[in-house]
Amino acid sequence: MTNAISRSLMGAAAAAMLSTAATAQVESMDPIKLTLHDWSGQLINTQIMGSILEEAGYNIQYVQADYIAQFAGLKTGDLSLAMEIWATTGQEALDEAVASGNVVNAGETGLNAIEEWWYPLYMKELCPGLPDWTALQNCAEAFSTAETAPKGRYVGGPVTWGGFDEERIEALNLDFEVVHAGTDAALFAELESAYQRQAPVILWVYVPHWAPAKYDGEFVEFPPYSAECYNDPSVGINPNAAYDCGKPRGPIWKAAWAGFEDKWPGAFSAVQAYTINNDEMSAMVAAVDLDGESIDDVVNAWMDDNEDRWTAWISQ
Amino acid sequence: MAWLLKKPTLVFLALFAATWLLAKYSSTWFESPSLAWAIDYPKTWVLPLKDYVSAAMKWLVEDAGFGLFSFTELTRAIAWLIEQPYEFVRAVLATGFFDGIGRRATQIVPPLSWIAVTAAVVALGHYAKSWGLAAIVGLAFLYLAVFGQWESAMVTLASVVIAVPFGVAGGLMLGILAYRHKSFEAVLKPVLDLMQTIPVFAYLVPILFMFGFGPVSALVATVIYAMPPMARITTMALKNVDPEIVDFGKMTGCTQRQMTWKILVPSALNGLMVGVNQVIMLSLNMVIIASMIGAGGLGFDVLASLRRLNIGGGFEAGIAIVILAVALDRLSQALAARSTEYSPPPREQGFVARHKRSVTVVVILGITMGLGLFIPALQTYPEAAELSTGAFWTNGVKYLNINYFDQFEAVKIFLLTNFLLPIKRFFLGIPWPWAIAMITLIGWKFGGWKLGAMNFAMALFIATTGMWEKAMITIYLCGASVVIASIIGIPIGIWAALSPRAGKVIGVAIDTLQTLPSFVYLIPVIMLFRIGDFTAMVAIVAYALVPAVRYAAHGVRHVSPDLIEAGVVSGCTKRQILFKIRLPLALPEILLGINQTIMLALSMLVITALVGTRDLGQEVYIALTKADTGRGLVAGLAIAFIAIMADRIISASARKAKTRYGID
Repeated sequence: MTNAISRSLMGAAAAAMLSTAATAQVESMDPIKLTLHDWSGQLINTQIMGSILEEAGYNIQYVQADYIAQFAGLKTGDLSLAMEIWATTGQEALDEAVASGNVVNAGETGLNAIEEWWYPLYMKELCPGLPDWTALQNCAEAFSTAETAPKGRYVGGPVTWGGFDEERIEALNLDFEVVHAGTDAALFAELESAYQRQAPVILWVYVPHWAPAKYDGEFVEFPPYSAECYNDPSVGINPNAAYDCGKPRGPIWKAAWAGFEDKWPGAFSAVQAYTINNDEMSAMVAAVDLDGESIDDVVNAWMDDNEDRWTAWISQ
Repeated sequence: MAWLLKKPTLVFLALFAATWLLAKYSSTWFESPSLAWAIDYPKTWVLPLKDYVSAAMKWLVEDAGFGLFSFTELTRAIAWLIEQPYEFVRAVLATGFFDGIGRRATQIVPPLSWIAVTAAVVALGHYAKSWGLAAIVGLAFLYLAVFGQWESAMVTLASVVIAVPFGVAGGLMLGILAYRHKSFEAVLKPVLDLMQTIPVFAYLVPILFMFGFGPVSALVATVIYAMPPMARITTMALKNVDPEIVDFGKMTGCTQRQMTWKILVPSALNGLMVGVNQVIMLSLNMVIIASMIGAGGLGFDVLASLRRLNIGGGFEAGIAIVILAVALDRLSQALAARSTEYSPPPREQGFVARHKRSVTVVVILGITMGLGLFIPALQTYPEAAELSTGAFWTNGVKYLNINYFDQFEAVKIFLLTNFLLPIKRFFLGIPWPWAIAMITLIGWKFGGWKLGAMNFAMALFIATTGMWEKAMITIYLCGASVVIASIIGIPIGIWAALSPRAGKVIGVAIDTLQTLPSFVYLIPVIMLFRIGDFTAMVAIVAYALVPAVRYAAHGVRHVSPDLIEAGVVSGCTKRQILFKIRLPLALPEILLGINQTIMLALSMLVITALVGTRDLGQEVYIALTKADTGRGLVAGLAIAFIAIMADRIISASARKAKTRYGID
């Protein structure tokens, strides 16, 4: 109770302080439109950014949009800001949009994306030698199902995610078959189902995500990614094939409409300054998806705990 | 050769055998360069139609103009016009009115209290029919409050409240125009066919481009999806107006406008209300897809829960959609029945006595809103008193998964190896020129040269746009599902018709299955059967089963009692009555049911793309995520063409069956 009161008092004080200082700087009261997608991390990230901009006096609007389809809106200015463009899945679309001149890359969020093959810990007993990828060469059958036997069954992401898993399997001489899930939800439904039965499973997992917090497991350690390994067959373990290494890891970018900076220069510098790290994000995602807290509560708690950080970003 | 033509069945059997042999041995053709083209449609022959469509869309959105304003400005103005009433209704029902913006906004007027809204629908139920109906809708809304779905349900209700008048008005206008002008009707008919068969996902992208991201686009998509039945029913209802009434109008010298609005529409009101009911139900069908592009509400709750694998949460929100649909369905049907009854003009009384219900609702509204300022429970249903069935559903699926997975797996493997995979190999093995010839021939046999020509053109379209392989997977998956759905559904329907008690239970189950969003059971089905064609088939069967049951029940039930009596008199056993009288006479209805099953199966394919299939549904879904207008529309058209071909062939054979049994 006292916590709630002190929190609201603090909030009121901050708002009073800022409403004099910050509102004066606001260049335009047209709504800044932030895109929302369908995974909790992105919602949290976006709403924190939105709350910060609101504290600075800007008019914020949240809009549901598809991860890739949103670029059409960002180019025209229908949408102003996308908070999570993953280097692992969205780099191509982002580069294309930036090249068009209508979208700008507003820098890293501070989050680092990992996307790789992942298995629950109990699979280690059936396939000793994991997490090293060479173990998979000998125990593909442990991952097989009736439809794929004797090949192992690897559940890949939706085909739109790319990932080059078929090529990787070929290049690294793994005896696996890729089954593509249609969506993120289908992918993790497979994991949930197998985990409940402690049944064999290996699949595409990415972080920041709630799954590694809910299920015990590890990423497979493939030879590290390099651009040459993807482009040049002679590089890497298999001299005759490309993709004989793991998937790229990389930052999660912020992307904005090119007219953003001219219209709301103050907001743009706050967006550029904004960073958050993997640990913070994982904790918040777990709070929402595993403990059932509401996103609003989690965002408000972060705002109260990190006031120094965000006041510095908006006073720049 | 002449004797062959007299025995068409033999000819077709021979052709089928030839097709089967071709499909079986065509795999070797891949190796021979002179034959490979017939199995695998060459990429260089593909007509880049989707690129043309995308370019046209780009031009429309970026460059097209009408002099004073651009096309985009026009569509955005329309979006603004739709947005205003929507925002208002949503504020009244769900969110309340705010002063200021964002996190610092303060609510100045709360939304209508849950008690007041419930009281209003109870009053409406009583007005429309009886206390019985009032109790049903009252309980439905109470359920929404008690199970914590209130706010989302009100957001959904707000979008229905806005989408339905647009859908009804649009459908009415199109229907009236088609009634007045034969030429317009001829144009409208194929357009309506396409509107009903192209999957919604296929035109979401162009709508997003034109109307912007957000609830308005969702509303527009809903209206497009829900309007066609209204247009069809309007034309039909106007045509069915008693010609004497029309003559009477002509004699009194009505203008065309008077004729339409004072005579035709009022006389056809009963039929028109059926259309309104359809629009409401279809709008509710759309809530999930609409929530993908920003509609919020119950649909979004279903989606969000399932992304977190919160199966219970998804079920709860899904059942709330069913409950809302049932309440609105019953209300609108009762209002439709009432609209045709004669009600005596009220006797001279005071205002309060004449408007008892309205006054009561306003009083309750005033009291709950006023006292709600001090006792929040009167304004919003208290969270502490909410109930949840979520854990029940989640644990239920978990229990099945842990204890029965092996049994499911055994059934799955059996059906896969003995049923699904052979069908798949068959369809993928047919060389496409041969398949086009066969489809044309079938069209010619059942519907004459016109249907043959249409089939030829549509099949050629699918091949030349490079969709052949995906189309074959579509037909295989859809065909296999329809077979299973018919095997399960038709006997259930017959049973429902023969036993009134079973009929009641089956009726409720079927209604629920029809309104329950298919997304709700998609994730549990994946958990029990894993990603793959079989899982997609289970989901399609669950969804497409409904019309097979319904039409079979209807057909068997409505066989003329005279004929059955004739059977009884001539000493038929019960079995004979069923197999010799009821079933043959119900055959046309059963065929129509299968036709509807095919339509639903095809529309479900887009949803099963979320599981992970490799058919046209996946093509549409990929186009959606990549915002590729052309790719989505071309794949959507291919699905629509498959649906239209199947529909025409089956309708034609149903007509033949009717003539054969002398029903028509």
